[in-house]
Amino acid sequence: MRMVVRNWVRRNEYRDSVMLMKASEDLRAVSGVMHAALMMGTQANKSVLEGLGLLDEQGRTARANDLLVAVQALDEDALGRAVDHVEAFLGGDRQGTTSTSFHLLDSAVQAVPDANLVLISVPGQFAAREARKALQHGLHVFLFSDDVPLQEEVSLKTTASQKGLLLMGPECGTAIINGVGLGFANAVRRGPIGIVAASGTGLQEVSVLIHRQGQGVSQAIGVGGRDLSDAVGGISTLQALEALDADVDTRVIVLLSKPPSKATMDRVLKRAASCSKPVVVCFLGQDVLGPSDGVRLAKTLEEAAGMAVSLANGQTYEPRLFGISREDVDELVAEELCGFAPQQKYIRGLFSGGTLCYESMLVLKDSVGDVYSNAPLDDGFALQDVETSRAHTLVDMGEKHFTQGRPHPMIDPTLRKLRILREARDPEVAVLLLDIVLGYGSHPDPAGALASSISEAKDQVSDWGGHLSVVASICGTAEDAQNLALQEDVLRQAGVLVMPSNAQASRLAGAIARCISVSEGCVG
Amino acid sequence: MTTDLRSRIRAANESTVEIMLSAWDNVVWVGNETAIDVIPGMTPTTVMHAGPPITWVDMCSSMREGVIGGLLFEGLADTAEEAESLIAGGGITLAPCHEHRTVGGMTGITTASMPVHVVRDDQNGVEAYCRLHERKRALQWGERDQQVLEQLRWMTDVLSPMLSAAVRAKGGLAVKSITARALQMGDECHNRNVAATSLLVREMMPDLIALDWGKDDLEKVARFLQEDDGFYLHIDMAAGKAIAEAAKGIEYSTIVTTIARNGVEVGIRISGLGDSWFTGPADLLRGSYFPGFNDDNVDADMGDSAIMETMGLGGQIQAAAPVFQQIVGGTVQDAINHTREMMDISFGRNPAFVLPMLDFQAGPIGIDMLKVLETGVTPIIDSAMAAKKGGFAGAGQVRVPMECFQKAFRAFAERYGLGQ
Amino acid sequence: MTQPVSGLIGAQLTVINVGLSLFAESLRQQGIEVAQVDWRPPAGGDMVLLGLLDQVTQIDKGDDADDN
Repeated sequence: MRMVVRNWVRRNEYRDSVMLMKASEDLRAVSGVMHAALMMGTQANKSVLEGLGLLDEQGRTARANDLLVAVQALDEDALGRAVDHVEAFLGGDRQGTTSTSFHLLDSAVQAVPDANLVLISVPGQFAAREARKALQHGLHVFLFSDDVPLQEEVSLKTTASQKGLLLMGPECGTAIINGVGLGFANAVRRGPIGIVAASGTGLQEVSVLIHRQGQGVSQAIGVGGRDLSDAVGGISTLQALEALDADVDTRVIVLLSKPPSKATMDRVLKRAASCSKPVVVCFLGQDVLGPSDGVRLAKTLEEAAGMAVSLANGQTYEPRLFGISREDVDELVAEELCGFAPQQKYIRGLFSGGTLCYESMLVLKDSVGDVYSNAPLDDGFALQDVETSRAHTLVDMGEKHFTQGRPHPMIDPTLRKLRILREARDPEVAVLLLDIVLGYGSHPDPAGALASSISEAKDQVSDWGGHLSVVASICGTAEDAQNLALQEDVLRQAGVLVMPSNAQASRLAGAIARCISVSEGCVG
Repeated sequence: MTTDLRSRIRAANESTVEIMLSAWDNVVWVGNETAIDVIPGMTPTTVMHAGPPITWVDMCSSMREGVIGGLLFEGLADTAEEAESLIAGGGITLAPCHEHRTVGGMTGITTASMPVHVVRDDQNGVEAYCRLHERKRALQWGERDQQVLEQLRWMTDVLSPMLSAAVRAKGGLAVKSITARALQMGDECHNRNVAATSLLVREMMPDLIALDWGKDDLEKVARFLQEDDGFYLHIDMAAGKAIAEAAKGIEYSTIVTTIARNGVEVGIRISGLGDSWFTGPADLLRGSYFPGFNDDNVDADMGDSAIMETMGLGGQIQAAAPVFQQIVGGTVQDAINHTREMMDISFGRNPAFVLPMLDFQAGPIGIDMLKVLETGVTPIIDSAMAAKKGGFAGAGQVRVPMECFQKAFRAFAERYGLGQ
Repeated sequence: MTQPVSGLIGAQLTVINVGLSLFAESLRQQGIEVAQVDWRPPAGGDMVLLGLLDQVTQIDKGDDADDN
């Protein structure tokens, strides 16, 4: 049966990237459609389609401002269904169903004079321009866009700080301001702990762990991944620290980041130390090199949350490796060890949260040493081929390689599902390590989405006489729409060991792997 | 320096819109005349067409049919073959209507002997022309058989002179008076003109009856108007062209004074950039086909009727004509959203044209090239489709390509010293 | 000379969302008023033209001395 390829060009029509992805997905579900893509008709996109064999004569005429629909189907009938489907999904020339929407920030500002915050998620090369307009209007900015040039970030943040405005970002995925989640955020109770974070999922994990220990968050301010670089010099971080120091509702401050550059770290630590409130600093694996008097150092996100909660409760923090007893851990490990075949020995981690992946790698150093990754702690352990794991490997599936033209893994589990199955086909794999992130913006049922692939993977491995151990943590609260308890149940039913934090899940995975490599009689 | 430029642009745009508003108030249909007697540059061997300049070789097929039909009408050729030889031999001048104070709908074919509406604005001192709208099978659709040519002759000999005499007896007809009322009756005055035409007939009837022409002719005129929903459009278009004439050539102005299409290209002109055309490819309309027609046998966007959009009507105010959404598969909310979009790309508002569906807000006027570029929103045109072999094939909507505005802005930047 | 952050912490959030509508949806679910800007690439995506366009359309940096 020969397949047919057809393109349709919708002239002068624009849809944002998320809408195009949704439309593509929707179209692929039409019966008889083998492959489908909706893209703007830029040269780059046309090349991609050409490479996939999805471009025809009509499609080649598409211009950058046209919307190109490319379909590969079993037959003409299927193409007909595809066309009807696209028409229905996109609508005549409809751009959106909201009755009050604007085309310019300036028009919106005119119509909404009380506005105080602008969220920006346009393509990177245009984002700084929109942010600049917002600042000029005297508005605070949450800048989700990435690929914003460093120079622009410096210029924008300089302007912002001079005007008493906060610019959260670029590439800021999460914030909680006045109890309102911005971007990808969890529903977390209000309380006296303020967070400043140069990482989205780091902020999410800490806020969630604070909530689960019965405490709450006053403000959680994202500052973007580059804020603590020397070029930017921590402008937003310093602003945030000052704001939280002055905030009557904040009694404890947490500062989270991957290891910052030295000069900036010193400056920030100095400011933190002079806060009137206790500050917990977590630079994820970086033992602090600069002055650390007056701040408390946490090694993991879990520790940062625990220390903050203790401070807020007026208690002493007692670090623990696991939330359950030593005996229970040993039992878990022993159970897992029973089923492995002799050659199984490796951990494969598949993460939707970049910082969670990072934290896992840090934690695993203690048990299994260095691990490979597409975002490794040590460049010497960079994966040659991101699609192919080796030895112990942790993959950040939110990295560019996986998200070009595709939704982020927190929204769309497709690639992770496929990778789970692929890892399971490697006879040397013993443990899968996963993060599941709930909250606003995330997939409505991430556990459910992965569960079928997890079950399938485990079955595949037990079929040939081995055992696949799956360990996971859920970054979520009972207040998140996805229903934390239900998500945990779904995972447990699929045979997943669900741990209460990413750090503990990593520790458990490491304990299992270490015991495999040690002779019998091992305890975690 | 750029602050200075910005304020000059603003001042120029304000002037341009002010002129457009006053012109709308002033434009009067004063009568009909023969093309060669009024259209500057018209000659016995000229065939004027819609859209930006285009050569015979590049023309789309329905326009070519129209050109041939024009030559047959003028008696310059007796057959299509003779007509084509004449053209090939260089004996015919092809020219865009727009460059001669004229506009033409669809193929826009206008030749020396054809009657044209004359619309004048005495205050701004401008005058413009548009030939009469044909009923049903028409040269404007690229049809050119005996029936079409005979109808054209009758229009020249009877219809046009009668209407002209009647409107002169009235002392002229203020175009705005009918257009503004039609907008409250479900017309957007480009694709839908039936209310306007009905109002026109009501206006003209007493004076037509009072004329000294025979009852037979009167009956035929009445029947023609009864069957031609779109008749008023070409009077409105002539008015639009007169307004464009008043608004053109204002230094620093970024307001669009022409949008015109020839089935191959769309061309725009900007007030502050004089007579220069900025073109992009003409696209197929999206809407509904009559039976037997599809993407493969119709020509792309065509006609000078986008002068209506240029003057704030048609696709600029879809909210006035919800019924049109049925043709394009849209909803009433789409009509409203589109009109809001068009307001976002226009510099001013016209209080003469009020939109009940938008809580009686004034309609947009003065499409601003800068706003189009800033917002990424291009003007919508409500229009009709011509079959490649000639004929009315369907209706729909289409957008002016962004390319036109990019080219125009590049020229603007160069002319006014931006980026230096 | 930096100014302390003001008008955000403790204030009623009134948000303008420029870009992906999913962010506006999340905010509305939390009862926050959001104005949506349906953004499209300005100047047809041509960065050179955009630079020229900004010269004639952006708010002058001097103008906002009177803002806030």
